[in-house]
Amino acid sequence: MKFSNVIATGGEWLRGEGPHHQIVISSRVRLARNLRQRAFPGWAKKAERMQILELIKPRVEELPEMQDSFSELLQDLSALEKQVLVERHLISREHAAKSMGSAVIMNRRQTLSIMVNEEDHLRMQSIRSGLQLKSAFKLVDKVDSTLESKLDFAYDQHLGYLTACPTNVGTGMRASAMLHLPGLVLSEMINQVIQAVNKIGLAVRGLYGEGTEAMGNLFQISNQTTLGEKEDEIISRLSKVIETIIEKEHDARQMLIQKKSNTLWDQIGRAYGVLTFAHAMTSKEALNLLSVIKLGVDLGAFPEDRRLPIDELFIDTQPAHLQKSSQQKLNAEERDHLRAQIIRERLRVFPKPDISKVARDSENGSIREPQNNE
Amino acid sequence: MLCDVCKCNDATVFLTQILDGKMHKVNLCDACSKEKGVQDPTAFALADLLHGIGAAEEIEKGASSQKCPVCGFTQADFKKTGRLGCSACYVTFAEGLGSLLKAMHKGTEHVGKLPERAHREMELGDRMRTLTEDLEKAVAEENYEGAAALRDQIKQLKHEKTASG
Repeated sequence: MKFSNVIATGGEWLRGEGPHHQIVISSRVRLARNLRQRAFPGWAKKAERMQILELIKPRVEELPEMQDSFSELLQDLSALEKQVLVERHLISREHAAKSMGSAVIMNRRQTLSIMVNEEDHLRMQSIRSGLQLKSAFKLVDKVDSTLESKLDFAYDQHLGYLTACPTNVGTGMRASAMLHLPGLVLSEMINQVIQAVNKIGLAVRGLYGEGTEAMGNLFQISNQTTLGEKEDEIISRLSKVIETIIEKEHDARQMLIQKKSNTLWDQIGRAYGVLTFAHAMTSKEALNLLSVIKLGVDLGAFPEDRRLPIDELFIDTQPAHLQKSSQQKLNAEERDHLRAQIIRERLRVFPKPDISKVARDSENGSIREPQNNE
Repeated sequence: MLCDVCKCNDATVFLTQILDGKMHKVNLCDACSKEKGVQDPTAFALADLLHGIGAAEEIEKGASSQKCPVCGFTQADFKKTGRLGCSACYVTFAEGLGSLLKAMHKGTEHVGKLPERAHREMELGDRMRTLTEDLEKAVAEENYEGAAALRDQIKQLKHEKTASG
């Protein structure tokens, strides 16, 4: 599979069909593994990294899950191509900085991607649409079991899987979900939620993981610890917390509809206006406004069939995707113009927000009952 | 006093946190404290910070001049990167790492997935122990026939162990 095919096919998780997909964009589970008696990638000299790569890469490529895969050495990818993979969460930002001695292998559906010589010798990641942490874990666990019969993984009876960073030792597992929480942000309850989540040993991060800003009301929630708890326990604890957050987000949206409807419609109307008419837009502004439109679709102010074009814009307006589609390198100003142009074109057939169609939860559930407000 | 992170600016934020009855102190300059999210307690997670700064101090207490026999990694390197050199470093720096892992994680013992290989080795080890005990018992009871059979089984098991290892 070629890189152009990776770009052309959107990847399964981008289609947004999983459970709770309105609020949970994606679920990811990654496992970190290392070879015994070998220096970790950050400490190994180039020659050793190459040796390790030679040991691991063929074993990964022959996996049944990796038939018709995309497999590339990092030095053979351009900076732009690497960035495209980062924007799709198929490789980490750290991995994008790698060159000689590192590789990435992913399946056609882009549900499984394996980084060789990132921070650890192996970083195996499964990504699914919506809240599907269990099935994401199942896939990556199976791959791990196949690989361990062929590769000698560093494992200690007491400490479990040994990793370059002590924060990952034990299961080597990081499970995370990307949540879209505009309701909690608009109702100013997000900090409370983040605090509560932090208190129970889970981490909340921005769009691209550690140390990144929260944009577009998108938040990543993941387990913080990896030692002393079983994989499925970590996953079910995390899933439960996420389900609670989903409930809180629904509540916040209902509260906004009922008590702050002017603010809500103002936000949606402004987002629609700016996106439809602006001629220059940064990716941060685009994400923040698209988030509000997405909320509008969730609430019924826009027809359901407009969901996909908005979801696609979240990715397509990211800097690398933008440049890849225009086939040229652009400076920031040119990008902002192109971004605004693409958004205007895609929204040309987008109807105006219709708040009379907004769904209100009845007392005992979420029955849609259109009401006339004006 | 200099900032523990950048080591260039004066520290203005002094953070003390008690975890499991152990005190962790971190001194930060204004810029670093903002970057680490210390001033915004909602975004601040101690574990993130610990593996950068506290980690080095912890490991220092253990092996001061030790070098990993497998990869040549030293504690000074850990202080710089917050990462270890190879899997054997976990043995080399075990003493210092112990308390660090305790502060970072939920427990100190892995209870999750077991690689098939480790699982087999554990089973073989268990069977070996049982057989050896039985053999000792048989010898003590002067049951030489039984002892001979057990000795053969142990021999067989040793074969399996070398074959799989």
